[in-house]
Amino acid sequence: MKYFRSHILVGINETSVAAGVHDFVAELRQEINKHSLQEEINILETGPLGFFGKGICLTVFPENVNYENVKSEDIPELVSEHFLKGRLVKRLMLDSSGKFSPKFNYDQRIVLRNSGIIDPESIDEYLGVGGYEAWEKALLNMTPEGIVAEVKKSGLRGRGGAGFPAGLKWSFTAPLKAEQKYVVVNADEGEPGTFKDRLIMEGDPHQLLEGIMICARAVGATKAWIYIRGEYKLCINRLNHAIEQCKEYGLLGRNIFESGFDLDIEIKIGAGAYVCGEETALIESLEGNRGNPRWKPPFPGVEGLWKYPTVVNNVETLANVPYIIKNGAEEFLKYGTPECPGTKVYTILGDVAHPGLCEVDMGATLRTVINEYAGGMKKGFKFKAALVGGAAGVILPEKMLDVKMDFHSLNQYAAVLGSGAILVMNEHQSIVDMLWSILRFFRHESCGKCSPCRNGTQQLYSLISKIKAGEGTMDDVELMLTIAQTMQQTSFCALGQSPIMAIRSAIENFREEFVDITSK
Amino acid sequence: MYKEICGKYAPTKDNLIYILHEIQDTHPQHYISEEAVQVISDYLKIPSNHIYGVLTFYSMYSTKPRGKNIIRLCESPPCYIKGSDNILRKLKNALNIKVGETTQDGLFTLELAACLGVCGNAPVMMINDDVYGDLTEEKVDEIITKIRGGK
Repeated sequence: MKYFRSHILVGINETSVAAGVHDFVAELRQEINKHSLQEEINILETGPLGFFGKGICLTVFPENVNYENVKSEDIPELVSEHFLKGRLVKRLMLDSSGKFSPKFNYDQRIVLRNSGIIDPESIDEYLGVGGYEAWEKALLNMTPEGIVAEVKKSGLRGRGGAGFPAGLKWSFTAPLKAEQKYVVVNADEGEPGTFKDRLIMEGDPHQLLEGIMICARAVGATKAWIYIRGEYKLCINRLNHAIEQCKEYGLLGRNIFESGFDLDIEIKIGAGAYVCGEETALIESLEGNRGNPRWKPPFPGVEGLWKYPTVVNNVETLANVPYIIKNGAEEFLKYGTPECPGTKVYTILGDVAHPGLCEVDMGATLRTVINEYAGGMKKGFKFKAALVGGAAGVILPEKMLDVKMDFHSLNQYAAVLGSGAILVMNEHQSIVDMLWSILRFFRHESCGKCSPCRNGTQQLYSLISKIKAGEGTMDDVELMLTIAQTMQQTSFCALGQSPIMAIRSAIENFREEFVDITSK
Repeated sequence: MYKEICGKYAPTKDNLIYILHEIQDTHPQHYISEEAVQVISDYLKIPSNHIYGVLTFYSMYSTKPRGKNIIRLCESPPCYIKGSDNILRKLKNALNIKVGETTQDGLFTLELAACLGVCGNAPVMMINDDVYGDLTEEKVDEIITKIRGGK
């Protein structure tokens, strides 16, 4: 094995690809070779680095320095200063004051622990960090009942939005006798502001596959589908590549490890519909239909894809599973709160100093996430509100910055954690405008199956447009609440039940803005 | 040509979405014609109204001929608060078309999209498979000019 003086990790994701990272790496390699440093400096193309700077980002180990927005023309300076002479290039560093270091993140990672550290396209690197040990353990040393019990004990809750306990979900399907059962992975991430699943899949695809395998074993499924949105090209390529590697290594296929267990994983590509994040709509789409949700019950766990028992789980949920099985539920319970153990991956956007991705203990406050993981507010901006959970989420004012963020605590304030998207707004931004944009989104994404949602989203959009144009009254504002409440009580699926969240939180917390704009 | 594409997939309904994707991606005008719907209907033995229903449900499919470069600008809240409306106005002006239309030279089609999952770089648009982030009006000009030059 070769020993290198420094490792340059280059984050390859949709963002950096858009910034031309492939050409960049080739040029960087050339420059390194030009200085004959190729034996000393290793360049590693990896997934998301755990911070989300602009453009092309690099992390250099062992120095643990992060560079962001590095361009081709910076390469000569970077190589001659940092890699030849050992002087850091301050102007390109993520935070030249050194106060904000994503190193802090590494201490409490579960889902992202390998992201940005291993090469996501190499199964050997995943194996090198203990990958697939949980799969081996689950398959050879544990019974399906034992796996379900362990996941139940861990208290892992679904990370897709609703927070349903994963072990409980599995326990509905596991004991059923059926000639076929399925696992479906919901990778149709469409909640505005959310891209955590994309980065989890880009950064560590094998971890997701391992989670799927363990789930399949626990519930007795021999076929798994990953339903992924068509735009996520890099994820699709990496997952396909990872599945091929697993087949080669005998981790997937027939009679795995001579246990008599068969499993096949296949990718299905979506075609663009927000409602397909709803599990029964997703199943309809997999069957080749319009993505209209189904009546529940029967729940998919009992009667799902082609009427067979089907467990549908979010990407992040399954990515937690290998850790739980390998280290035991006790280890997992050390993270987060008693009601919501574990960590949560957030995407923080808007007017913070370092928008990006982070993995934080469940129950951390919004203030902690913004200040410690996103570097606080952007210089010159003051916090006004945060949209937490995407369009189906809530608008939280400053007074709620210290509420614990987990499924349980937020529920007490009629708020939701949702998918983990945090969109931070500054004091100049208008809540009415924001609500307008959210309601426009719902109007567009309503699938049209049930009338409360189909008509309700249209009416809400008309009313907020009228208010936004300064032609509305406070009666219109109250009417929005009534409509959204009716939708919550009568809509067929979560899509129509969701707009009330944003509407109520906006009106309750920022009533004066609605009064102002309607009294002009 | 449509028959050939269909033939790559087993004739089961769940392959409909795949077949539609491939037919649209390989068509020079990136759309699914009535003729294609008929061929798929015969192949999968499902009524063409079902296919049409699926086709019009999902935002990635089009029943109208489109340009060589399909611009999909995100209009979801994270992009909206970063000024996607200004970018839309700029695109409309630069291309001289409305949303859903194609330029006369067949080079561009302008569409709106829900969240593209690249919110860290809002406002964002995709042109075919490529993502363009941190858009400004100047950047839009550059991108359009570059594509026009390269055809």
